[in-house]
Order: sequence, then structure tokens, then C-alpha cells
Amino acid sequence: MLRLPQLQVARPRTVEEALALLGGEGALPFAGGTDLLPNLKHRLLAPQTLVSLAGVEGLSGVSVDPGGALVIGATTRLHEVAEHPEVRARAPALAMAAGLVASPQIRRMGTLGGNVLLDTRCRYVNQSAFWRKSLGHCLKKDGAVCHVVPGGQKCVAAASNDTAPALLTLGASLTVATAAGTREVPLESLWKPDGVYNRRLAPNELVTAIRVPAQAAGHRGAYLKLRPRESFDFPLLGVAVRVDAAGGVVQSADVVVVALQAVPRRVTGASDELAGKALGTQELEAAIVAVGARAHQQCRPLPNVPGDPDYRREMVPVFVRRALRAAAG
Amino acid sequence: MIDLELTVNGELARVRVEPGARLLDVLRGPLGLPGTKEGCGNGECGACTVLVAGRPVCACLTPAAEVEGLEVLTVEGLVGPGGDLSAVQRAFVEGGGVQCGFCTPGMVMSVHALLERNPDPTPEDVREALTGNLCRCTGYAQIVESALLAARKRREAREGGDRA
Ligand SMILES: Cc1cc2nc3c(=O)[nH]c(=O)nc-3n(C[C@H](O)[C@H](O)[C@H](O)COP(=O)(O)OP(=O)(O)OC[C@H]3O[C@@H](n4cnc5c(N)ncnc54)[C@H](O)[C@@H]3O)c2cc1C
Ligand code: SF4
Repeated sequence: MLRLPQLQVARPRTVEEALALLGGEGALPFAGGTDLLPNLKHRLLAPQTLVSLAGVEGLSGVSVDPGGALVIGATTRLHEVAEHPEVRARAPALAMAAGLVASPQIRRMGTLGGNVLLDTRCRYVNQSAFWRKSLGHCLKKDGAVCHVVPGGQKCVAAASNDTAPALLTLGASLTVATAAGTREVPLESLWKPDGVYNRRLAPNELVTAIRVPAQAAGHRGAYLKLRPRESFDFPLLGVAVRVDAAGGVVQSADVVVVALQAVPRRVTGASDELAGKALGTQELEAAIVAVGARAHQQCRPLPNVPGDPDYRREMVPVFVRRALRAAAG
Repeated sequence: MIDLELTVNGELARVRVEPGARLLDVLRGPLGLPGTKEGCGNGECGACTVLVAGRPVCACLTPAAEVEGLEVLTVEGLVGPGGDLSAVQRAFVEGGGVQCGFCTPGMVMSVHALLERNPDPTPEDVREALTGNLCRCTGYAQIVESALLAARKRREAREGGDRA
């Protein structure tokens, strides 16, 4: 049976109280806990205090600001993000991604902020402490070797959060509160290629909201994921796309893939292939196939998450094409 | 140790537990409600599904301290005052939706939550609502049928009640 370690749960009411608590040693923000609790049970983390965000005022809910940007409170649950009419209308890829996370129960517990800040995943590390010890540990926790890249000096555990690539295609940013004040962190600069800890955000900084700017006219988007079962499973591959097609002609496009390495990866050249093509034409279809080929060339899945990496690689162009067709269709 | 006040199945309960105790531990331990099951303990099976403020969640991933002041509903709370099973519970018995029974309380809670928000679900709605609950006896067909039977019985009861 998987038991939690000894720890305290603090329940602040305001952002200020939460920040004060997070200033203490061994404190971590706790939103839905659906990433933290399994990791605690596996003894991957050892915080002394979980600072619960559930009761903190003003951190939950979806609104649209006067400029048309979506402002989504960090503790808004994934279920609400997936179902919210404004999210579905303004950021369809985000709604799709949130709706494809885990299971109905987990989507009613897990939050968007927690999903953005999800820890990286690897088949050699998301295991019980006993299992990891038997294997001799690894760079991410308690060890000095990598079992994915023999001889490797860097952990390549995979960013596995479904909403991350969708938010990247949408140009989203995080509103971060610290004792020193509030700052806006573009998602573009959030992740770094280190599977041990892939966020440029201290574990005790508080994300208060996720901001999705107003999209271009004719915005379309989609997110699709490869997974063993149609429920529960983290992505073996996740593909988010943006296709802006004002007047029925593609103006600009973006493709971002997750579950390859420690950071979500942008496929370069998508706009070059797709821009200027009219929706519903053979030219667009040919360009979609070309983007798939680029993605196949650029994306090399590693044996970090479950699933055969060769199979995952062959699925890259398939999912890129399907996602682009879903957005453009 | 910490003192918590929880509302479980409509009754206020006071418990003294370890600070890191999970809702599941409190239900099965001090509150003596073993209907909620521990399967995987990691959110991957749904056997521990309970309703917190109406939302179906995994009790194995919920610290008890997180639900202070919120309404918790477990499978025991579906039973009527005279000990009668709820329409969903009866439908699982009549529809053969129970085999070994271990996943049943979680399935029942997910179906209960579905019918509270959508009294007239399609078979697809039922399957979608149960995508967070695993059954290892592979009895899904009868579980879905039981859920649809429950929906029908609840609607009939409501319409009957309206006429009366
Ligand atoms: C069975 C199962 C299946 C899953 N499948 C998927 C899946 O398919 N796809 C997927 O993407 N995820 C999946 N998950 C992981 C998880 O459920 C989601 O990523 C969820 O969105 C995490 O959100 P949370 O609120 O529960 O995060 P938490 O566990 O509360 O937090 C996650 C991390 O973020 C930090 N944090 C949270 N909120 C804030 C904040 N506001 N400010 C600063 N730091 C913060 C925490 O300290 C922690 O480090 C799965 C989990 C389980 C148990
Ligand atoms: S990628 Fe290597 S170092 Fe990182 S978690 Fe996996 S095995 Fe460990």
C-alpha cells in the first residue's frame, strides 16, 4: 500500500498568507495534488509542508479581460477549463488538451496551474522507492546514472503535460506572485532542458493565473495525444496546433509536440509550409503532409516514457497531420 | 495529530488524525465506512471514488485536511433512512453490474454523480462518465446497462412523484 510520508497541510486564505508560508523551509504549493501525491507516495519529494491553494481567494475561475485575453485562475480545475464556453471558443486547443488529461475524477481534482508545472516523467523514476532502489537509482533522484541514455550526464525525463504544447501555440504566459511582487512569465521561457527540474520557477513561487492573449482573426486550434488507453494515460506523444485562417486562407500556423524530452518542442517551418494556402484545398493538404514530414525529421522520441520510441516517432507525422486537419477542417 | 471537522453523508464528524492522512484513511478508519475501497492508491483505478462538494474525486489522492468544511458523500450515504438501496445501487444488483464487487462502490459513485448532473444520459455519456473507473472482471457491458437502468428508474420515480 502506498502511504504518504509525514507532513503538514497549511490552508492559507490569501495570496499573501500563501507566500509567507511558502517562504518557510520545505514548503511546496499544493493545488489538486494529483501530481504531488503520487510523487510523495513514491518518495520522489520530501516537503515538510504542503501549502494548500484550494482555499486561497481569487485563484480560481475563468474570465475575459477587456482586450479579449482569457485569464484563467491557477487553481481552476481541468474539467472547468475543458468545459468553459469562453475557453472552447477562444482557445480550442487548450479546451481539448484539458479534456484529454487523465480521467474524469482527476480532471475534477487537477488544476491548470498544476498541469503547467507538472514534474517531468520517466519510466525509471515514476516508480516506488523500493523499485528505484532495486535498479540503483538515477540522476533525477538519488543516483548518478541515466537508464534512458546510458552514459548520459543529463536527465531527459519527459515534459508530459497535455496543456503545455497547447498553451505554447497560444502564446500564453503565467502571472507569478512572489514576496517581491508580481511578474509575467511567458511560457516560451518557462521550461529548460533539464529533466531533474525543468521549470525556471522556484518551487516556492506562486502562479496565480494563466493568461491566454486574444488570438488572431480566424483562429483555429487542436490538440491530439497518443496513449495506450483512451483514459488515464499520460501522453506517449501530444501534438498541439494553431492555424490562423482569416478569410479562409492560412495566415500563420504553429505546431508544438510534448512527451519527447524535458521541454515541449516546437516544429519549425509550419508557417512557411501552410501560410497562403486556402482551407479545403489540395494545396493545403499537401502542405499539411509536408509539415508532418518536417515534424518526423525534427522529433526523436527517447525511451523515457512508456511506448516503443520507434513507434512513437512514426506516430509524430500521423498525429501532426491529424491535428492540423482537425484544426483546419 | 490534527483535529478535523468533516461533513460525511450529511453528518458532522470530528476526527483526530495524522496531518498527512488521506480522506480514504479517515473514511475507512475512524469513521468506520469501509465501502470506499483502496485499489491502486494512485488515482489509476477509481475504486476510491467519492463525491466532494458534488464532484467525483479519488479519496486516495485527497488529503483529509483538504475537505474540511466540504460535503463528502460515500456509497454508504446513498442508502435511504430505512436501509433501502438507492436506485443506482438497486440497478447494479438487478442489472448484474456487480461481479467481484471491488470496483462497484466507485462505479456507483461515478454513476450517481452523472445522474445528478444529467438525468437522461446516452450510453456514450455513461461510458464517458465511467472512464475513470476500472473493472478487472471485465463487466463493463452490464455496468453500463445498470447505469442506464438506474437512470430510467430515477426518471420514472420522479415522474411518478410529480403526478402524486
Ligand atoms: C492516474 C493519473 C493520470 C494522469 N494523467 C495525466 C495526463 O494524461 N496528462 C497530464 O498532463 N497529466 C496527467 N496526470 C497528472 C496530473 O493529474 C495533472 O497534470 C494535473 O493537472 C496536475 O495538477 P494538480 O493541480 O493536481 O497539481 P499538483 O499536484 O497540486 O501540483 C503539481 C506541481 O505544481 C506545483 N504547483 C501547483 N499549483 C501551483 C501554483 N499555483 N503555483 C506554483 N506551483 C504550483 C506543485 O508544487 C507541484 O510541483 C495524471 C495523474 C494521475 C494520478
Ligand atoms: S531520463 Fe534518466 S536520469 Fe532522468 S529520470 Fe529517466 S532514467 Fe532517471
